[in-house]
Amino acid sequence: MTMFKKNPSLMVFIGLLAIFTLAVTFMSEAYGTGALSTSFVKTLGKTLCLALVAIAMDLVWGYTGILSLGHFAFFGLGGYMIGMWLMYARTEIIVVESMANAALPPTPSEISDAIGTQIFGVVGSSDFPLIWTFAHSFWAQIALVVLVPGLLALVFGWLAFRSRVTGVYLSILTQAMTLALSLYLFQNDSGLRGNNGLSGLQNLPGADAISQDNISIWFFWASAFALLLTYLIAAFIVSGKFGSVIRGIRDDEARVRFLGYSVEGFKLFIFTLTAVIAAIGGALYYPQAGIINPAEIAPIASIYLAVWVAIGGRGRIYGAAIGAGFVSLVSTYFTGGQAPDINLGFYTIKWVDWWLVLLGLSFVLVTLFAPKGIGGLFDLITHRMSPNRHGLPLGPDKGSLREEEAEK
Amino acid sequence: MLRSLIAACLLLTCSLAAQAQDRTIQDVLQEHAEVIAQSSRKTIAPAIDAIAGSGLPAAQDVLQAWQAKDMWQRESDGLFFKAERVDSSTYELIDFATGESVGTADKGDLEQLKPNSGIRAMIGAALVQFQLNDPDAERRREALLAIQRDGEASHLAPLRASIEGETNPEIKALKETTERLLTISFDPDDAARVKAIEGFKGSLSLDARAALNPVLTTKIVPAEGLPESANVKRELRAGSPDLTVSEGYDLLVSAGVIEPQPSLAERKAALESHIENGAVAGVPLAELNTQDARDRAYAALAQEGVAPAFDPDFTMEAAVASAKFAEVYDEPSKAVTDAAEATLASINRAVGLNQFFDLSLDGLSLASIYFLAAIGLAITFGVMGVINMAHGEFIMMGAYTGYVVQQIVPDYTVSILLAIPLAFAVTFAAGVAMERLIIRWLYNRPLETLLATFGVSIALQQLAKNIFGTQARPLTSPGWLDGALSFNDVVSISYIRIAIFILALIFLGVFLFIMKKTRLGLETRAVTQNPRMAASMGINPDKVNMLTFGLGSGIAGIAGVAIGLYAKVTSELGSDYIVQSFMTVVVGGVGNIWGTLLGATMIGFLQKGIEWFNPSNTLAAQTYMIVFIIIFIQFRPKGIIALKGRAAGD
Repeated sequence: MTMFKKNPSLMVFIGLLAIFTLAVTFMSEAYGTGALSTSFVKTLGKTLCLALVAIAMDLVWGYTGILSLGHFAFFGLGGYMIGMWLMYARTEIIVVESMANAALPPTPSEISDAIGTQIFGVVGSSDFPLIWTFAHSFWAQIALVVLVPGLLALVFGWLAFRSRVTGVYLSILTQAMTLALSLYLFQNDSGLRGNNGLSGLQNLPGADAISQDNISIWFFWASAFALLLTYLIAAFIVSGKFGSVIRGIRDDEARVRFLGYSVEGFKLFIFTLTAVIAAIGGALYYPQAGIINPAEIAPIASIYLAVWVAIGGRGRIYGAAIGAGFVSLVSTYFTGGQAPDINLGFYTIKWVDWWLVLLGLSFVLVTLFAPKGIGGLFDLITHRMSPNRHGLPLGPDKGSLREEEAEK
Repeated sequence: MLRSLIAACLLLTCSLAAQAQDRTIQDVLQEHAEVIAQSSRKTIAPAIDAIAGSGLPAAQDVLQAWQAKDMWQRESDGLFFKAERVDSSTYELIDFATGESVGTADKGDLEQLKPNSGIRAMIGAALVQFQLNDPDAERRREALLAIQRDGEASHLAPLRASIEGETNPEIKALKETTERLLTISFDPDDAARVKAIEGFKGSLSLDARAALNPVLTTKIVPAEGLPESANVKRELRAGSPDLTVSEGYDLLVSAGVIEPQPSLAERKAALESHIENGAVAGVPLAELNTQDARDRAYAALAQEGVAPAFDPDFTMEAAVASAKFAEVYDEPSKAVTDAAEATLASINRAVGLNQFFDLSLDGLSLASIYFLAAIGLAITFGVMGVINMAHGEFIMMGAYTGYVVQQIVPDYTVSILLAIPLAFAVTFAAGVAMERLIIRWLYNRPLETLLATFGVSIALQQLAKNIFGTQARPLTSPGWLDGALSFNDVVSISYIRIAIFILALIFLGVFLFIMKKTRLGLETRAVTQNPRMAASMGINPDKVNMLTFGLGSGIAGIAGVAIGLYAKVTSELGSDYIVQSFMTVVVGGVGNIWGTLLGATMIGFLQKGIEWFNPSNTLAAQTYMIVFIIIFIQFRPKGIIALKGRAAGD
């Protein structure tokens, strides 16, 4: 298994993840001491999903050099797809219950009309739009979680890579795609309830008897398992020859092309695969969050994703996971009002107000002074120092690793 | 009651005696005192006509006072006065004929005349002739505009009578237009109406359209049994876009042409009301969860004769398939409707053309806003190749600078003139600081620059929120920028948009001047093309980069003041424009100001053009525009104007 040999960190990560999952389980309200509240278990589960999508981002940016500012759109799309089924199935149960007392047993079309009125009443409509055709079927929507973002990424990536849009232009283009998607979803006639979004997703259909304590821990397990799988897939991809080629594309695309590799094909594969991974992450995240609306897809979310990866340290898989977990948990701490205010005498620093300023500035500092991010700290432990070289970045391309990020 | 009757009789004899001599308005009033006091809409008409037709100078005052409920009757002698309130119980009486006070009276001795709204409208119509012949031209114009808004058949005669004697040519034209509008709506003679309608060919006035539309109202009826004389617009079939199948079905049913079939809901109600022992007509309830089973149960009910018959093969489509429908004008005269259709078509053509101009002006002003937002980026991103995600926040800083200056300097004109250089100074300083502290360490690392400047962007945005709060702050434009330049009823543009357009042109000039004619411009171009060679020639690239970046940021600050005048100042002002600004530069072609200009023009016009198709939905317009841009970049990846050769950098 070259994968494990090349990634000594892999076993450590798997071990830590297993210990973490067990610890959370034994401290949860459902299966343990109850030291962790259900809402905190949900936060941890969501954080694992964010780590998952950060790994996808690291594959596409840290390893292939494509700074995509659209991966959170795929994440959101995945959430929308599973949200459609959750909302439909749960509304169906409620509707059927309420119709059970009617004089005549309801016909299928009556049930479907009533569900439509329930779901779309908020945007002044009662008909099911075309995109809800498969919403009644769990497996169809699960397939759509993968297919819709995957196809979107495939078409968009094919168009972009085919015309050799690279570097910053690609970033702006992906950002434009994200903006277009979120603006589209904000419309009431987009068929996904406009800015109301889909809500009540934390209530699993038919699971009213099961308490949220249990459901939250199940989702936590699912998220941990998905993260593990993603980590393994990512480690597998980057460890073999394929990994060498995409790193080559990151540092010097032209050279890889002249060596005879189909650069566009590699890029398209990575772009689409990571979009699918992001979508699966979204499908696990939003049932825990309970609500999804188009604001989640706004371009700024995708930029934050890049921020997490950069702070964690790009070009190393555990770096991305650590960055996402660290930043989002610290964000929750500061913006949740738990952090104590600092009284300077003449001014009281409220962290709710000042956290974003701190985050922005620390991000500038990381970019300037610690390109390796938090992951760089592990190099101190393993004594993998950067070579004492003073020259250009690893390659001429915009996404290539910087001098400081090089490995011995 | 008896006393007042006697008084009225006495006064009547008095007034009859006085009629031979010079009649006063009081006499006219007393002649009709009874109906006036009675105040009934049915009987009041002769009294109003008598007052209006008396030819006395005070007649208008009387009618106005009456309409405004200022006319009072003294109970002691039944005389009418205009009364003004002195205090809660005392009123001052004013004689109509002389306009002078005739003393005060106790409220208890007075009876207020309270005409109801119907009577007030009749008085208003009678007043029209006075207003139309008022010596004050402005009052005449107001009266005409009031008639245009809310005309009545009764206005037509006094209006026509007043045209002859009109001396003011402008008012006369207005009177003639108004007369034509009233003729279209109220004249009984078709020929006159046709002539009036044709007079509006190619007119842009909203009133002409408002007068023509009621002439052209139609309704759809079954063609069967339509009288010969009906003014048919066209024949229709159900299932066409103008008449859905269910509408056609309803029409046929209400016309009695076809027997109505019980609807789904009615059939369900019938089933529910015939549940016996857990079954309907022998079909168990549990089986009634499909439409098929329900139909069977209903058929059984119909067989028993307890529910109206229902044909299971019935469909609305089949029922209306053979029926013909006609769209019929409410207006019976074909000549009038034909003329109105022709005139409306010519009006619509003219309006369409003018709307196109108006839309172009809108597009132009949107383009200049995008250009303003993007021109700073054209320098920092286009010329220097630095991605500055905080560019939008520099725009925001400029706008807030304008707001702060307005808090200190209350005069709007002075404060705007002061704010522009100040905004430049503030954002220039911010730009230079950012270049020195962050960007210069990251040249040739555009993706890292993008992320680092994004960090600055969120920090600045939150900082603005902490300082100025989340609510929108006003940046008020000077009074001379209020209002709009309007060419006609359709085409108009606000002065503020003209000012932004001019500002954009000035910026274009300044940019070209700096880049082509100054030392800094020369050095900037040299440094961006080949920094090493430029350095060998004695140019300090550090300094040049710093100044150029400062310049681009400073222009963003000025753009912020302009955009702040047009939109509300919030901490998100900049981020609303940042993606569009980058698109403008990318679509136009990096490194070329003309490209940015073209890009802004294209995006501005495109967005307005898409909005025109669906004006209620600007979100969709933006979505489609971005999709269009993504596709556009497929075909011209380097933008509209692509640099060639060495300057292109690859």
